[in-house]
Amino acid sequence: MTDTPMRTQPADWATDQEVRWCPGCGDYSILTAMRMLMPELEVDRENTVFISGIGCAARFPYYMNTYGMHGIHGRAPAIATGLAMARPDLDIWVIGGDGDMMSIGGNHLIHALRRNVNINILLFNNMIYGLTKGQFSPTSEVGKVTKSSPMGSLDAPFNPVSVALGAEASFVARTHDMDRQHMMDMFRRAHAHKGTSIVEVFQNCNVFNDGAWEGITKKQNRNANLISLEHGKPIRFGVDDELGVIIDNGVAKVASVADVGEAAVLVHDEGKTDPSTAFMLSRLARGPFEPTPVGVFRAVERLEYATSSTSQLAMAHNEKGSGDLESLLRSRGTWQV
Amino acid sequence: MTDTAPRELPLQELAEVIIRFAGDSGDGMQLTGDQFTSISAALGNDLATLPEFPAEIRAPQGTLAGVSAFQVRISDFAITTPGDAPTVLVAMNPAALKAQLHNVVQGGALIINSDAFTERNLEKAGYESNPLEDGSLDGYRSYPVAMSQITRDAVAVHGVKPRDAERSKNFFALGLISWMYTRPVEPTIEFISKKFSGRDQVIKANEAAFQAGYNFGETAELFESHYEIKPAPLRSGEYTNVTGNTALAWGCVAAGQLARLPIFLGSYPITPASDILHDLSALKHFGVRTFQAEDEIAAAASAVGAAFGGALAFTTTSGPGVALKGETLGLAVSLELPMVIIDIQRGGPSTGLPTKPEQADLMMAMYGRHSESPMPIVAPRSPADCFDAAIEACRIALRYRTPVMLLSDGYLATSSEPWLLPAVDSLPDIGVEFQKGFNGTNEDGEGIFLPYLRDPETLARPWAIPGTPDLMHRVGGIEKEDETGNISYDPENHQKMVELRAAKIEAIEVPDADIAGDADASFCILGWGSTWGAIDATVARLQEAGHKVAHVHLRNLNPMPKDLGEVLSGFEKIICPEMNNGQLVNLIRAKFLLDVKAVNKMNGVPFTTGEIEAAALAAIEAP
Ligand code: SF4
Repeated sequence: MTDTPMRTQPADWATDQEVRWCPGCGDYSILTAMRMLMPELEVDRENTVFISGIGCAARFPYYMNTYGMHGIHGRAPAIATGLAMARPDLDIWVIGGDGDMMSIGGNHLIHALRRNVNINILLFNNMIYGLTKGQFSPTSEVGKVTKSSPMGSLDAPFNPVSVALGAEASFVARTHDMDRQHMMDMFRRAHAHKGTSIVEVFQNCNVFNDGAWEGITKKQNRNANLISLEHGKPIRFGVDDELGVIIDNGVAKVASVADVGEAAVLVHDEGKTDPSTAFMLSRLARGPFEPTPVGVFRAVERLEYATSSTSQLAMAHNEKGSGDLESLLRSRGTWQV
Repeated sequence: MTDTAPRELPLQELAEVIIRFAGDSGDGMQLTGDQFTSISAALGNDLATLPEFPAEIRAPQGTLAGVSAFQVRISDFAITTPGDAPTVLVAMNPAALKAQLHNVVQGGALIINSDAFTERNLEKAGYESNPLEDGSLDGYRSYPVAMSQITRDAVAVHGVKPRDAERSKNFFALGLISWMYTRPVEPTIEFISKKFSGRDQVIKANEAAFQAGYNFGETAELFESHYEIKPAPLRSGEYTNVTGNTALAWGCVAAGQLARLPIFLGSYPITPASDILHDLSALKHFGVRTFQAEDEIAAAASAVGAAFGGALAFTTTSGPGVALKGETLGLAVSLELPMVIIDIQRGGPSTGLPTKPEQADLMMAMYGRHSESPMPIVAPRSPADCFDAAIEACRIALRYRTPVMLLSDGYLATSSEPWLLPAVDSLPDIGVEFQKGFNGTNEDGEGIFLPYLRDPETLARPWAIPGTPDLMHRVGGIEKEDETGNISYDPENHQKMVELRAAKIEAIEVPDADIAGDADASFCILGWGSTWGAIDATVARLQEAGHKVAHVHLRNLNPMPKDLGEVLSGFEKIICPEMNNGQLVNLIRAKFLLDVKAVNKMNGVPFTTGEIEAAALAAIEAP
């Protein structure tokens, strides 16, 4: 890092590569949000790395003028974990879609989350396989008719936020591709978090699953169906702010504030050590047709993995001194001939 | 015991002895064998060991499946194998006797814990009558000793409960064998107090048992003589005894120092490779970062990530793990990043024989990834050679920016041999430079970075790690344009890239083929990996019998030595013993159109010298 870094411009973060997503794809607005956020973060391009797996979303690194690796399907969190351990000095972003992260790479995702290595994972959820041309994905709704499920999908979907919370994630947020400012806010928070952060981004695939999120993300539906979580504030929404979220018998529910009273409305606490309330919130909607929370579900401090690994190295160094090869070769006893 | 005074027994000199300690997996046979090895090493004998573990951690007590054994060969001359057949078997129970007897040479000595030959134990081992009584041990020199009882009596004075006392009987056996082969007592007494430090009663019990065993040999009128094996004429210097897996771990650490790079190991536990993960995890003060991943794929993927970040990255596994890592290794080939994959081969397919060696992953190492995905292969030939092989694999990986497969096996992994320690400052410098600045210009004459612009000599691409100003670039598994590394689906470019990747690996500089034995022989034994010891011993035997025989042993399997075709063409007959169904033979036939005869063994047990000798004689005598 130079002493007085010149503030970069969003354009500095763009590569000369032609962006090849379908016209109208939600990925474009996510890319724009990211390029706009980068100058604000005051980080250096050479210390920033984007790592991805396979899928439409996974092309992302090619469009960011940083270090980048377009890996293989599902493995980006594992690649990023190795990089973050070898180079705790770097800013590492992992980009993937719902197929990449929740299906073929599901195992790596949950283990990255439980380890809490310092990477920022953005999960572009469009509830469909885009790059392979439109099969149902692990987040598609039951009954989804696609080429591989002509009579409707039989698979119960994953809810990425629930999965992340179940996997002990220390930072879990959700945003959507129709609100650049909100995306930037969530990405900024993810970046600031020490440990693994995961942000689910509702993303429109206008070719294979157009309008999938419209019920909640379209401007005219937002008031009624998009609940913005804000730390320390009662969770209220509605065209006239008339609705609120309450916990009833261990279940999060939408209620009329007039009926239950203001005091009954749940005050959002993203810093709760116990993830149960955050989990209840993640179960509020059964699909993108009901009131759905976005924002930070959980942000708690937990030991960061690479930092812990570095302190073990330091401890070993303190105890045993700097490793000496000559004495290592003699550590099991020797004899002279 | 009829007399407690030491007897004067004749001391016979032996050139060598092959002892196999066998007992239940809880009987401490590995410890006993290890300690006997250490004492013998200190006496200057040459030696080689071969442990044999059951696949289950706690197989039912007293059953054949639960037998654990440790073979050690000690000699007054240079040896390269743990020996074909034991001349002495120490059997702690009926199952050990039953499982191991067929290995013992006719006329060999059987030292048997007769107390364990109860009806119940005999039944568990599947004996219908007691072999100690029914004459089935005729043809061997059998020495039944009431080891359990004598051990119990010996430790009773230290207040050890009879049940716990039994646990010391392996030290009784060690004491007895130490007496038989005139090994000194003190090193074992020292070993016991170190090993069990803090557990005074255990120390006392084991010491007492050990002394009892030693005294028993001296006083019981059971043995007709005891033996001496003089030191072997080894090259002078400082020696240690290493297993292949430990030598690999140390080789990785050494390579890191020689390359001045931090070490990263991504690994998932698997037999017989886990010891490398254990060893390296204990070497954090060398700056070694180990990562126990969620699965084999993540283990390899994390190594790719670490390599991208500038670490010397490893992943260790066995065959099933390599199969899982295949796609990730293809990515590493495409990214052209340095890393080393260590495969401790075991019997397969599938779970196969987890604790038994095989050399059947050669084709997988060569071709086990989709499409054209060439990868260098290095194979160590002996436990100590694993150290050098690890450094060689790293040298190739770093210099040519490529993943390299190191093929060891379960035999090298756990067996050990004396190793003349190298002078650390004589080890090669394998360091490479990271790319620091632009390596090209655009049409406006401005400096740019071309991540796939190759070094004309090695065809290696630059290694520019994150954190380096100006060199931001993207790499990936999609086909990339020559020089720029940008995504490219251009047909001509793909053809070119496939050819470049192949040419780079083909042109790797490796040492010429080394001909051991008689260079002017018309008959050659070709081998690779862990068959080296048995082939080497065969060559010596054949030469003694007046035959001329050459031995070519490959350490670099891809690329092979540049002169290999020429060297092999000089022989009239070539045989190739392999613990597989002819994999190197197929490669050699395909590459050089040479009619190499396959000698195959796939029963999970390394070749004996006798087996290779027989195959060699048959080939020599064939018209
Ligand atoms: S297929 Fe869908 S997700 Fe992929 S680029 Fe096109 S619109 Fe975007």
